[in-house]
Amino acid sequence: MKLFKLRGGVHPEGWKGLAAERAIRVLPLPERLFVPLQQHVGAPAQPLIKVGEHVLKGQIIGASQGFISAPVHASTSGRIVAIGDYTAAHPSGLAAPTVTIESDGEDRWLETDSPSDPFSLLPEEIAAAVGAAGIVGLGGATFPSAVKLNLSRKNNVRTLIINGGECEPYITCDDRLMRERASDIIEGVRLIRYAVGAVDVMVGIEENKPAALASMRAAAAGTEVQVIAVPAMYPMGWDKQMIRALTGREVPADGRSADIGVLVHNVATAYAVRDAVRFGRPLVSRLVTVSGGAVAEPGNLEVPIGTLVETLFQYCGGFSEKPARMVLGGPMMGIELFTAAVPVVKGTSGVLALTAREIGSTQASPCIRCSSCVRACPVGLLPLEMAAHIRAGDSNAAVSRGLKDCIACGCCSFVCPSHIPLVHYFNFAKGELMEQERGKLKQEATRKLADERIARTQRIERERQEAAEKRKAAREAREFAAKQAALQTTTEVA
Amino acid sequence: MNAIAHSPHAHAPISVNRVMALVMLALTPATLFGFWLYGWPAINVWVMSLLAALLGEALVLRLQQRAVRPVLMDGSGLLTAWLLALSLPPWAPWWIAVLGSLFAVIISKQLYGGLGQNPFNPAMAARVMLLISFPMEMTTWVAPAPLGSIHAPGWLEGLAVTFTGSQVDGMASASLLGHVKTEFTRGIGLEQALSGYYAPLDALLGSRAGSLGETAALFLLAGGLFLMFKRIITWHAPVAMLIGVVVPALIFSAVSPAHYAGPLYHLLSGGLMLGAFFIITDPVTSPNTATGQFIFGLGCGLLTWIIRTWGGYPEGVAFAVMLMNAATPIIDHYVKPRIYGRNRKGVSMSIEPLKKES
Repeated sequence: MKLFKLRGGVHPEGWKGLAAERAIRVLPLPERLFVPLQQHVGAPAQPLIKVGEHVLKGQIIGASQGFISAPVHASTSGRIVAIGDYTAAHPSGLAAPTVTIESDGEDRWLETDSPSDPFSLLPEEIAAAVGAAGIVGLGGATFPSAVKLNLSRKNNVRTLIINGGECEPYITCDDRLMRERASDIIEGVRLIRYAVGAVDVMVGIEENKPAALASMRAAAAGTEVQVIAVPAMYPMGWDKQMIRALTGREVPADGRSADIGVLVHNVATAYAVRDAVRFGRPLVSRLVTVSGGAVAEPGNLEVPIGTLVETLFQYCGGFSEKPARMVLGGPMMGIELFTAAVPVVKGTSGVLALTAREIGSTQASPCIRCSSCVRACPVGLLPLEMAAHIRAGDSNAAVSRGLKDCIACGCCSFVCPSHIPLVHYFNFAKGELMEQERGKLKQEATRKLADERIARTQRIERERQEAAEKRKAAREAREFAAKQAALQTTTEVA
Repeated sequence: MNAIAHSPHAHAPISVNRVMALVMLALTPATLFGFWLYGWPAINVWVMSLLAALLGEALVLRLQQRAVRPVLMDGSGLLTAWLLALSLPPWAPWWIAVLGSLFAVIISKQLYGGLGQNPFNPAMAARVMLLISFPMEMTTWVAPAPLGSIHAPGWLEGLAVTFTGSQVDGMASASLLGHVKTEFTRGIGLEQALSGYYAPLDALLGSRAGSLGETAALFLLAGGLFLMFKRIITWHAPVAMLIGVVVPALIFSAVSPAHYAGPLYHLLSGGLMLGAFFIITDPVTSPNTATGQFIFGLGCGLLTWIIRTWGGYPEGVAFAVMLMNAATPIIDHYVKPRIYGRNRKGVSMSIEPLKKES
């Protein structure tokens, strides 16, 4: 198939060899699991259990709140020992509401009814099952999948794209999943296709994963699913890049992929959809790549949600040397971890322990306007100009140059010969803008309250006057009536 | 408290020093050829330029109370001085080299705020300053006298040429562009002016009178291709500059061969090759986008040809580059890449409701 031309992108050292040939291993059940109530984009889940309660694996422990949200389930059977704040996987090290489960060692599933043929379900029943299973975008975006399915069905999406790009260096969990569980993925893909009524189905896989391509092609043979090799380059796994490569179309800046009739899901999401729809099993575990130069035995683990990152490192033989930096996610977009005592969440594709040599120098020097960043940017921005404006304290000028279109992929920082932390600048400015916007909203709310207060006092005053007038009128009427009556009496007497 | 390290947690194996070092490496063959062709005085000019740039930059940094070492180590000052040296007459007196280098790094670069802040190419600004201020010294050329040949000055003689201004008899020569311009003013036609003076093969190999490092067209081309291969520069500006010279030369020489020289003559004379591959590819003073760089290069080429053909000076590369440097902010203002999901004006692509399949 003819692929379409892409813009920008970089070719970082892949380091995939560290873990790519290591088959998936199931992590032994940890004693305690720390399941955060917010693992998705949108509103956090509302806890449904009490401390001391016994739960089964797959039992719902947090209910979805609002339109964009997802439920959270117990990742093993055991006792709830705490509901409260626990350190979250965020560079701030701040805590987030988390449910702590002490495993009873049985790992017993909640019994559920499951359909004998999932294709006998109605499309909206599939979407509902996906929503109830707490499935979110497992490529890292963690957007609730059911919301995407419903939106796509309403928009008459024609094309379903399954993203097997996995362009982040080191990360190989999708690669392993495609090699080892291809037929399950394909079944999940077909379920999604059926749920949204798509016509064309394409699975895009980077050409640097020949084994995954071969096994997926074999599994897709005879189905309506096309498996297509796409160029190996970062950020191939950016959904909009994948759309451009496979369809030649671009998602409008102010729109969603559904607006051009395309729905994109990750391969791991498709796998989770199959588990949810066929077996009624919610999303309680995922594949995580443990890698990096400082990890003794890198590998790919199947991990219950809520397992601490340190447990993963320990299982992989600990550190061969003291890591210079621990990263959650891939090296291009992942976040730095100051402690490994944070839980794995639905969006965790990898945990890395990197050596100083792998990270490279971070000493920034002046911009030489070489425009490497302009060539690298997959969006078509001018990172050097945006950064110059942000440095000068003018975030709004950066907005007029497309700051809001920046996807923080890190290509610009990666290629910068001056080692300028461009993405850092952009995220700083985005934060500042959010602050501004919040300030504006607050100001508006205050003004609205003030206006309402004025209107209220005016109304009260007016009502008081009206009441007074009414009373006066009533009194006058009474007096008049009394006078009349008196007059009448007088007349009668006379 | 640790500072939070922001993503990406990986970096391409590239740095400013490496960029500068690769450009210097690419310049080395042409430079060595210049040394061989023009002998010891050329080496002296080169050494004096580089020394003056280092000392001048160190002095200014000291005055600004900034750390000297990291700035000198980035190699940008050395590269500027190197490019300036290549654009000087090989037997120029020492003070021309020193004055030029000091002007380049102090006035053209550090006064504007240092690396990355200068609007004009420092080497070209210095060359233009020298050409306007010292026309005599800047247009005194010598015939090639390769090291070891009978006419070549020895080491001591070379020092005398550079530092005391002593003349060696029978060495003075004119550059091709200068010669033709002079002949034109005497009313002599192109064909006659060129006869016995211009051999394309010699010009290609660089064996002609000219600036220290501008004559070795093949070596400069090789250096440029090396930089493209290493992805330090792109083809846009160099190719556009060559087009900007070749196309008008082709048209005008076809119409009136007696008055206008052909494309090969222009390609292989003066500083065109040095300019196309090493001067206008200076990132600081050229536009940000590929299209912008193409426009920039085209402008440089056209202006070079116009100045050479109708201007008062025989060579126009330095002037053309400075004029286009001045146009760079405007080019950058108008030529911007299209953002994903938006049209050229930055407006989001339209969202059309999809039709229901019936």
